[in-house]
Amino acid sequence: MARILLNDVRKSYSGNQVIHGISIDIPDGEFVVIVGPSGCGKSTLLRMVAGLEAITSGTLEIGGKVVNDLEPRERDIAMVFQNYALYPHMSVRENMAYGLKIAKMPKDQIEAQVAKAARMLELEPYLDRKPRALSGGQRQRVAMGRALVREPSAFLLDEPLSNLDAKLRVQMRLQIKEMHLRTGQTTLYVTHDQVEAMTLADRLIVMNKGVAEQIATPLEVYQTPATEFVAGFIGSPAMNIFTVEAEAGGVTLPGGHRLPLSGLPAGSLRLGLRPEHLNLAETGQPAIPVDLRSVERLGADAFGYGVIAGSDAAMTLRLPGTTQAQRGDRVDVAPDPQHLHVFDPTDGRRLENF
Amino acid sequence: MAEAPDSPIAARASERLIAHFWMVLGVIVVAFPVYYVFIASTHTTQTILRPPLPLIPGPEAAANYRDAFSGGVSRIGGVSLWRLLANTTIVALGIALGKIAISMASAYAIVFFRFPLRMVCFWLIFITLMLPVEVRIQPTYKVMVDLGLIDTYPGLILPLIASATATLLFRQFFMTIPDELLEAARVDGAGPWRFFRDILWPLSLTNVAAIFVIQFIYGWTQYLWPLLVTNSNEMNTIVIALKKMISFADADTPWNLVMVTSVLAILPPILVVVLMQRWFVKGLVETEK
Repeated sequence: MARILLNDVRKSYSGNQVIHGISIDIPDGEFVVIVGPSGCGKSTLLRMVAGLEAITSGTLEIGGKVVNDLEPRERDIAMVFQNYALYPHMSVRENMAYGLKIAKMPKDQIEAQVAKAARMLELEPYLDRKPRALSGGQRQRVAMGRALVREPSAFLLDEPLSNLDAKLRVQMRLQIKEMHLRTGQTTLYVTHDQVEAMTLADRLIVMNKGVAEQIATPLEVYQTPATEFVAGFIGSPAMNIFTVEAEAGGVTLPGGHRLPLSGLPAGSLRLGLRPEHLNLAETGQPAIPVDLRSVERLGADAFGYGVIAGSDAAMTLRLPGTTQAQRGDRVDVAPDPQHLHVFDPTDGRRLENF
Repeated sequence: MAEAPDSPIAARASERLIAHFWMVLGVIVVAFPVYYVFIASTHTTQTILRPPLPLIPGPEAAANYRDAFSGGVSRIGGVSLWRLLANTTIVALGIALGKIAISMASAYAIVFFRFPLRMVCFWLIFITLMLPVEVRIQPTYKVMVDLGLIDTYPGLILPLIASATATLLFRQFFMTIPDELLEAARVDGAGPWRFFRDILWPLSLTNVAAIFVIQFIYGWTQYLWPLLVTNSNEMNTIVIALKKMISFADADTPWNLVMVTSVLAILPPILVVVLMQRWFVKGLVETEK
């Protein structure tokens, strides 16, 4: 149980800065997910918290103690690695007990801890097997168990589900969530999968190129993305974002279409519209004409991919599953004025109060 | 269906016959000298020297082997075969174990630690690969004389226990250990010593076995260095003793005992290979852990 405090944490590799000053206060028991595309520095950040990478500048506190210069074992953390990193020559039981053995915990206590974790993760039948005799999902659970038995003050997970198949991933996601509810441990979780990020997190850190673009709850991130990058990254299918010219009384879209949106600052702007917030326009309603280039039918929904008529600005639409629209059709859609996202075209920041 | 005599299957059978003929011939060419050494060790010198070569075991086996073990060869000062085998075993074991200890330690340092001049150290070790033992034999001999190690086991073992090859093999193996394994151990609280003992060593066992076999045989068959560094017959290794038993004159050489000694010189390495074969092969071919 511990609060984790990052204060302007930076990382450089031989003068080349990869983490550009990240600050966050994670209260005891919070589940924070670090999400971003590959190469954004999310794993590096987690490894800095774990003590596997040195912190170039800034301070890191775990449980009220600055731990910048402490070895991983002195930080009272446990970590789950993407490829599990189980010791191949040890049985499941030995894998889970190894850390406790090093910590010189009495044997009977180790037994009890391992048994408890094994029961929780349904690993009891496999305790005497070697990792290579286990399936991917079982290995993943052993890796979780190895972290759990330590009862650390913080739990760090580095893309723990990315090597599992889709079905197992959903199962393990629920299990991780439940485990967190049960143990109440402060958890830092790295993923590139936005579904994992949205469903697991109390709060999200959305990272891009070593910068925390936004730190907020999943819903806040979805509803009011702080930057154009966040807007494009969170949400599926991705938000449609294109450049518009705003003047008094309306905006001009690519292709020369006009929408009567008032109150926007004049000039060039980036306008973001989520596919799910575009509805088929009723007759007479101001609308955006979209030429469909393909339609994917998923049953409940259909996704239409096309361009705004007369331009090459890509548009993705979320249509009812029963839609008759098909490739080559022109569809008129009207944006929901409650869900407009406007970004500064130069720095990508969200513009509010228009 | 009747087979035509020139059907593909018949052709394949005759092809197989020819292939087998060549393979059997190859085996005979390789194995015959070894077989003949054994045959000769069961005859008297007179029988061996008188053509034609006998091809079946003779009646003198018991007498020959008894003679050799009780020190019947005067040319090597009557030292018994037991003594020679013991000497050679000590030297070969010392060299093999010493090489493993030193090369594992240096490979561990080079792969897992960041220290100044790390790559320089690596290249220095690597470069010694290109230097044949014979080149440094004179200075090494001088050092051994100065240390008073002539005619001692350390003198026979120490100069031969550094091994660039084994260091390189261990380095390559250590580099295949995933970084995450080291990191998991660090998070679990293992220091360098524990990581080596609990994780690296158990994972290296097959490689250790392979290197042990190779280096044991290397140590067993050493010729030049033991010849230089031993003067007394008591300290001879079996290979040196063999060499000393053979005189220029055929009639002066106890060929039957030479053959007995040869058989016993071959036997222990064969035993080591046979006993460790499974591990040995695993260590050489295993790529995944």
